[in-house]
Amino acid sequence: MAAVETIEVLTPGPLTSLQDLGRFGYGRYGVPHSGALDTFSLRAANLLVGNKENEACLEITMFGLRIKALRDVAIAVTGGDLLPFYNDKPLSMWVSFILKEGDTLSFRGMKSGFRSYLAIGGGFFLAEVMGSRSTNLSSGFGGFDGRPVKKGDIFTAHSLHPHLETEGRWFPQDLIPRYRREWRLRVIFGPQDDQFTEEGRNTVLNSPYQVSHQSDRTGIRLAGPSVERRPNVHESIISEGVIPGAIQVPGDGQPIIILVEIVTGGYRKIATVITADLPLLGQIKPGDMVNFEEVSLDDAYETLREIEERIKRFKESLSSQS
Amino acid sequence: MGDRSLLVELGDEISPEVNRRVREFYVILLENPIEGLLEIVPAYRSLLIIYDPLKLDLVMIKNRMDDLQKKIGEIQIPEPKTLEIPVVYGGEYGPDMEWVSQYHNISVDEVIQLHTGTTYQVYMIGFMPGFPYLGELPEGLATPRRETPRTVIPQGSVAIAQRQTGIYPVESPGGWQILGRTPLKLFNPLHSPPTLLEMGDLVRFFSIGEKEFKQWQQ
Repeated sequence: MAAVETIEVLTPGPLTSLQDLGRFGYGRYGVPHSGALDTFSLRAANLLVGNKENEACLEITMFGLRIKALRDVAIAVTGGDLLPFYNDKPLSMWVSFILKEGDTLSFRGMKSGFRSYLAIGGGFFLAEVMGSRSTNLSSGFGGFDGRPVKKGDIFTAHSLHPHLETEGRWFPQDLIPRYRREWRLRVIFGPQDDQFTEEGRNTVLNSPYQVSHQSDRTGIRLAGPSVERRPNVHESIISEGVIPGAIQVPGDGQPIIILVEIVTGGYRKIATVITADLPLLGQIKPGDMVNFEEVSLDDAYETLREIEERIKRFKESLSSQS
Repeated sequence: MGDRSLLVELGDEISPEVNRRVREFYVILLENPIEGLLEIVPAYRSLLIIYDPLKLDLVMIKNRMDDLQKKIGEIQIPEPKTLEIPVVYGGEYGPDMEWVSQYHNISVDEVIQLHTGTTYQVYMIGFMPGFPYLGELPEGLATPRRETPRTVIPQGSVAIAQRQTGIYPVESPGGWQILGRTPLKLFNPLHSPPTLLEMGDLVRFFSIGEKEFKQWQQ
């Protein structure tokens, strides 16, 4: 079946790119995972419009994206509230909505969070590169021509019709995360926490850090009290693999939370954000305050299982919603 | 590291022996697939094992890794390729060449002789897709990183830092000292494998002129 045109980009905003749940298995070639930063919101958006959880979505950063529907399409907008409007009316987030042919959808500002996810019922018809449709922005591959979307881009999909029947599906209110300007991120110490002083470890846990404007999809740079290394511990280490959420401390003692566009690093890591809190990293914006809290491995797994259990219950509820 | 990865450390130094153990362990992991294992990032002296925390937990993965490590030394790994890489040294292609030669108080030709006179091993691919960490530079060429990193380094730039040399596969920011540029393409996302060099490969550089560089590019 031929793919049909779904939407056209009228204005792209500062950074809008196609992302799915990421590219895995190419770490030995230095290929990072890329993918949506807020995977929770991406999965929710896809489920609302009847897609597979791993379908690609547009990840919209800050504001500014405007698109036009080229035919009737089911859409869902989740994640940060970037004031989405259809034509001139506010659009409800976290629900499946039908954009009629000719309707426009625009993101007009930052009310809360930092990134919105736009799913199209039927997805984006794009080739996978190394098993993923995520855009690798630094090396320029994957997604749509390996670049952020730009004015005039037209996206296509197969079989839109079954998805139109998802109209009105909603995501449970109590499952929708709240994005504030002050964040509490749960961490587990390691792997090089023993190379920092006791005071250094306490500094990380007891100090608020401000998010720097130099942050991007590679990392969230923080500014605050310097984290002290042990005497005689050099600032860099022999390079090794890193994961999103790892908190590395370069020579100046200012922590950086690693995100998804890098797979190795040469600085010590004092702690790592737990998997359950990773989606929040996508909603932290420059100027926000970040606090870290130490939890046990058991707590980390327990929290993750609770979240997954709730997503599972939502999936089960979908059959009765429509 | 965290609740979904384990750093397996097989030594604490940069050496061909330790790196060979890393490559052996990588092959062992490929031959013994583990359900729920998402990614392996092999590096100089370690492998980062990333797993799905809904399918595996740290104790399970740690036990499995301890078991599999016993196989190191018992298996065959593929023989490394040897590649010769053409480089235009100095001038606009190697903007840090002058600084490096002055830093070591040797001539530009001597820098080139030192850089081309060594067989390097690819210790790992990292930092960005296809970037090879090659070691080790001769002692006489060990150079600190630039104090201020460059915001734009052209694709193919051949650079050095401390006892390492590397090649930027695509245009990017970076802090290494640039000696020259190769016309070879180090990363192609549509090829399999996507990188020209793989961990364990051996590399020698040779000097070419600007004219040959341009011919090579075509």
